[in-house]
Amino acid sequence: MFRDKPNHVRCVWALFLFGLIGIPALYFSGTISIDTVNMLGRYLAFAIAAIGLDLIWGYCGVLSLCQALFFALGGYAMGMYLAHHGGPEGIVDKDGWKLPACLFVVYPYEVGEAPGDAMVPWFWKPFFSLPLTVLLGMALPGVVAAVIGYFGFRSRVRGVYFAILTQAITVAGWLVFCMNNMKLCGTNGLTRFNTIAGFELSSHGVKFGLYLLTLVCLIGVFCFCRFLVSTRLGRVLVAVRDDETNLRFFGYKPYMFKMFVFALAAALGGLGGMLYTPQMGIITPEYMTAKWSILFVIWVAVGGRGTLSGAVLGALGVNLVYNFLTTSWPEAWPFVQGLLFVGVVLLFPKGIAGLLDLIRFKRLAKRNVEA
Amino acid sequence: MNTTELIAEYREFSPRINRIGARDFLLFVEDLTAVFDGFKAVDIGAWGVKRNELRVVIGPNGAGKTTLCDLVSGKTRPTTGTVFFEGDDITNELEADIALRGIGRKFQTPRVYDSLTTFENMELALPGSRKVRRFFGRSASSAENEKIVQILERVRLKDDRHTEAKHLSHGQRQWLAISMLILSSPKLLLVDEPAAGLTDLETELTAELLLELKDEHTVIVIEHDMDFVRQLDSKVTVLNEGRILAEGDINELTANEEVIEAYLGR
Repeated sequence: MFRDKPNHVRCVWALFLFGLIGIPALYFSGTISIDTVNMLGRYLAFAIAAIGLDLIWGYCGVLSLCQALFFALGGYAMGMYLAHHGGPEGIVDKDGWKLPACLFVVYPYEVGEAPGDAMVPWFWKPFFSLPLTVLLGMALPGVVAAVIGYFGFRSRVRGVYFAILTQAITVAGWLVFCMNNMKLCGTNGLTRFNTIAGFELSSHGVKFGLYLLTLVCLIGVFCFCRFLVSTRLGRVLVAVRDDETNLRFFGYKPYMFKMFVFALAAALGGLGGMLYTPQMGIITPEYMTAKWSILFVIWVAVGGRGTLSGAVLGALGVNLVYNFLTTSWPEAWPFVQGLLFVGVVLLFPKGIAGLLDLIRFKRLAKRNVEA
Repeated sequence: MNTTELIAEYREFSPRINRIGARDFLLFVEDLTAVFDGFKAVDIGAWGVKRNELRVVIGPNGAGKTTLCDLVSGKTRPTTGTVFFEGDDITNELEADIALRGIGRKFQTPRVYDSLTTFENMELALPGSRKVRRFFGRSASSAENEKIVQILERVRLKDDRHTEAKHLSHGQRQWLAISMLILSSPKLLLVDEPAAGLTDLETELTAELLLELKDEHTVIVIEHDMDFVRQLDSKVTVLNEGRILAEGDINELTANEEVIEAYLGR
C-alpha cells in the first residue's frame, strides 16, 4: 500500500493507520500509557502549526520566524478559556465574573471573597465561550499576520530582512506577555485548568479524546492544504517563490498572495496552539522565545520544506527523537539536533520527504529498466 | 532629420495637448529622465510608438535601452517626466497594474518559474487568470489548453510541456518566456533581447513570431544583433547615452555617420 505512492498519500495513510488504529490499539491493550498518547497528541498539534509554516516558507519562499508567536497566541486563547473554567470555585468579582486563579501569582483571597478592584479584564471575557475562543484563537493570529504581511510585503521586505522582522515581532510578543500588569499572568503563564467543555481534563478518556481530536484536525488540515497547493493558487505560490518580480509584470500582486498565505499559516499555528494547551496543561510566554521560532523551522527543514508531508514528518520525527534522547541520554540532544539541522542543510536539502522521494524514483527507474 | 527636429516633431503629438496623439500613440513618453547617482541613464524629450507598430530600439551598451523598458513597465520610477499609455498617465502605477492595462514584458535573461512545468508556466500567463475564482480550479479550460499547446508547438516545446522549466535549455527558456508573453496577449509587448544566446535558426523563428504579432499588437524589440534587426525590417530608433540619436530604416541608419560613431567611436 505504501510502495510507489506519492508522499502525501503515504502520509495520510500513515496518519490513519498508526494514528487512528495503531496507537488506540496499543493504548487499549495496555502497551503504552495514557501519558504517551498525550505526548503524541501534543506532537500532532506541533505538526499542524508546522504545516502552516511549510505553506509560507516551503511554498511561498518566505522564511517566517513568527510561527511560534502564532502558536502561542492560539495557546493563550485556549488557555484563557480553560482558566475561566478552572481554578478554585466560587471567587467572583463585583460583576459576577469568576476570577481565573492564574491571574494572581499566589492566590491571596479566601474562597467567596474578592476585593473591589480585582476584576476580570475586558479582553478575558470573550474567551469564556468555547466557540468564540476557537474562532478567536485562529482569527487573532490570522489578523496579526495579515497586518504584518500587509506592511511587510507591500513595502517589499524580503528574505532575511523579513525573517529578522518576524523574529523581532515574536520577541516583542514575548516581552508583552511577560509583563505582569498586562493581566496575561506574566512569566508564570496560564495554569490551573480543570475542565474543557465540561469534561475533566485529568481523566484518561478526555486525554484520549483530545488526542483523537488533534489527529482528526491534523488530517483535515493536511487534506485542505494539499487541495490548496494542488489548485492554480498553489502554482502561483510556487511562482512567487521562484521569481516574484517577473510575476508582477504578468499582472499578479505577489504581496496579496503572501499576505493570504501568511495569515492562513498563522491561523493554522493558532489551531495547533489551541489543541496543544489543554494537552499540556499550561501555556507560558516561553513558547514565544527565539528557541521555539527556530524549532518550528528545524522541524520543517528536517522533514522537507515545500512538501506538506515533510512538515508532518519533521514535526513528529524530530520530537520523537527528542523525547527518546532526553529520557535516555539527555546531554546528547543539543548535539543531535544541531547535527540534524546541519546535515539536512548540507546533505539533503529536501529533507526526509525528499530522501523518500529519491528512493521511490530510484526503485521506479530500476523497475522500468528491468521491464 | 537631426535629433532636435525629431524630438520637436514627436512633442507635437503629446497626449497632453493633442487628441490625435492620444489616439494614435499607444505609448508616449515626455521629458522622461532617469538619474542614478547623478548619472543620466535616460533623457528623452519626447518619443512614442504608434498602435500596431513593430519598433526596434538599438544602441550600444549602456545606451539606456533596458532602463527605458524599466521606466515604461514600472520597474523603475522616472526622476522626471511622464509615461502615457493609450493617452493615460501611468507614470506612478504599480507594475501589476501597468501589466493589467496591457503592457507585457520579457526580460533580457529569460525569466521563467523553475519549479513549474512548461505548461504550468504558460497557464500563469493566460489572460483573465488573475480573478480570484480562477485560483481554485485545477487547470485551464479546453479552449485555453488548445491555445497553449498550439503556441508550444510553434516554438517546439510541445514535447517538453510536462518538463520542469529548470531542465530546459537556454534557447527553450527564451522561447518559453516569449510564448508566455504572446499568450498573455498584451496590447504592448516590450521584448528585451529576444535573440540573445539563440542559434541562427532559432533567431529566425523568433523574428517570424514577432512579425506575426505585429498585426494585432504593438511590439517594441530591444536588440543588439544587427542581422536579427534586418530580419524584422521595421522602423528603428537608435539610443545613445540615454538620448535618442536617430530614427528610421535600418539601412539608412547604418549609413548614418553619427550612428556609426556611437557604435564604433569609443
